[in-house]
Amino acid sequence: MQLVRRWLRMATAPALVACVAMPARAQGRPAPVNAATIVQQGNGHGAPACIACHGPQLLGNAAGGFPRIAGQNADYIQAQLAALANGTRKNAVMLPVASSLSAAERQALAAYISALPVPAALPTSVDSGVSAASAAALSHGERLATRGDWPRGLPGCDQCHGPGGIGVGAAFPPLAGQPALYITNQLAAWQQKTRAGGPLDLMAAIANRMTPADVAAAAAYYAAQPPRPAPHAARATPAGSRP
Amino acid sequence: MKTGSAIALAVAVGVATGVLSHRFTRAHTASPATPAAAPAHAPAAFSPPPDSAMPNDEFGKMVRLGRQIFRHTGQYAPRYTGNSLTCENCHIDGGRLAHSAPLWAAYVSYPAYRSKNGHVNTFQERMQGCFRFSMNGKAPPLGDSALVALESYAYWLATGAGVNTKLDGRGYPALPRPAQAPDYARGGQVFAQRCALCHGTDGQGQRAADAQVFPPLWGPNSYNWGAGMAGIDKAAGFIKANMPLGLGGTLSDQEAWDVAMFVDGHERPQDPRFAGSVEQTRQRYHDSANSNYGKTVNGVLLGAHAVPAGGSTRNAPPPR
Ligand code: HEC
Ligand code: HEC
Repeated sequence: MQLVRRWLRMATAPALVACVAMPARAQGRPAPVNAATIVQQGNGHGAPACIACHGPQLLGNAAGGFPRIAGQNADYIQAQLAALANGTRKNAVMLPVASSLSAAERQALAAYISALPVPAALPTSVDSGVSAASAAALSHGERLATRGDWPRGLPGCDQCHGPGGIGVGAAFPPLAGQPALYITNQLAAWQQKTRAGGPLDLMAAIANRMTPADVAAAAAYYAAQPPRPAPHAARATPAGSRP
Repeated sequence: MKTGSAIALAVAVGVATGVLSHRFTRAHTASPATPAAAPAHAPAAFSPPPDSAMPNDEFGKMVRLGRQIFRHTGQYAPRYTGNSLTCENCHIDGGRLAHSAPLWAAYVSYPAYRSKNGHVNTFQERMQGCFRFSMNGKAPPLGDSALVALESYAYWLATGAGVNTKLDGRGYPALPRPAQAPDYARGGQVFAQRCALCHGTDGQGQRAADAQVFPPLWGPNSYNWGAGMAGIDKAAGFIKANMPLGLGGTLSDQEAWDVAMFVDGHERPQDPRFAGSVEQTRQRYHDSANSNYGKTVNGVLLGAHAVPAGGSTRNAPPPR
């Protein structure tokens, strides 16, 4: 938390970021990119260590609402860094960070971070905050996740984000095990148009059909899901045979 | 389905298309602070009971099994399922959604004459057809527990609906013929821009963690040439009302027809009624502008390179 606070202070001083970033760019010879070093220590010209906010294993930080990025799809990471840098996804903390990463650094980071291991269960330090959700909210969240609410035009979240919200391909990121605060913030960002609607503007349309209670329930539900698919559930006895 | 419900559809369509264009506007003018009102589907006059009202008795068990088969067909009725689709893929929200051929509207409409097989079909026989064609599998014998469970589920969803009534929202909306003839190339553009995100650039869908998240639209794991969805008109109606998922009603009629032409302009498993040759089969079962079977589309004679019908059920032991 110490690091996070220090970095948050720094993020509010873009001037400082800019002048740190200058010298390296001015020299015009691209230093070899070491993604692991950037993750642990920053790139030395504007981007702090990723672990400062996203946690020591990049599994996220529930209290701060910082997402898990370990194991995230590489193309998705690159697309988000680009959007955070060009402002189509507005975020005061990430704007200076993403802007100070070169294209080569973004690519190397995306490859490195996407390959980091995702544990079957998150450490308790990460998934704290989940326990606050009521049983009613969790069951409303489960219903939205698995079935949606079609009379209100809401598909089930899992229909695109995969069973248990584990994520599908480059376009549908995992929701499982993401901090509830992070999920809430993103849905709010689509409602307030501070984050571009994503492919087909789909998430803008969907977020705008959600009530505050829907948002809180879905966020609580996914925050409580294991970030890796549960071991294959025992197959049900097939029907279709006469006893 | 051709004539059995043609009148019902004609009536429903006027309503459906009117509402479709209306809800399109609403979806796009929604203000961010207040949640947008249900834009994706027109409210039907009938609404089925909530899942929470399923009875907790022996009958309720059968209803629940029916729902499981409907939503996870390959897992709960593997013997009869030849592809990686589920009933729900084409009958959205567990067969509840209006304009997505909902089960409650279907249940009260049988027995009915169907021109597809030239006789009066019971509800179970209607579902046998879906297993044989849409699921590219095998028809469960009448009275099989899979059909009994599905029938129980449909019956329960129709709670309170009158028998032999034409319910609004039945079937897929029938779209008026487009201004320009449906076109494969234009459809390909619609597909790339509005469909490939989920169904993949190759139309084979996407999987995650052992589950088929987005279903395949053509190829060996999709519905076969005998399926209703292989009819360009049926596919256009379904797509217009329900696709892209969550954005139903946003394609123009022309776009829906074009992309249906594109989707149904690809090879898929053989028609199980195959009559010896592609030409014969076209003549007997596909002699319509709505079928690409036996036509050359994009340089391919469709039906000539089809894998045999039946998919994964081909080598399975016959039902005991
Ligand atoms: C946002 C993701 C998404 C997009 C975009 C999308 N679909 Fe779908 N589609 C789905 C899902 C999910 C299903 C299965 C629905 C279910 O099971 O509830 C489906 C089902 C279908 C089906 C019936 C099942 C099958 O495999 O044949 C067809 C046909 C179809 N889509 C066509 C299209 C077309 C054409 C487009 C473009 C206009 C499109 N879809 C765009 C997600 C999508
Ligand atoms: C590939 C898409 C697809 C799949 C998968 C599918 N169906 Fe259908 N189904 C259709 C189409 C198309 C129709 C005809 C709709 C129309 O005419 O408007 C239909 C019609 C029906 C009807 C009659 C509806 C009515 O109002 O008369 C029933 C019942 C039905 N399906 C049940 C099932 C069951 C049970 C399964 C799974 C075993 C299934 N379907 C799987 C596409 C599909």
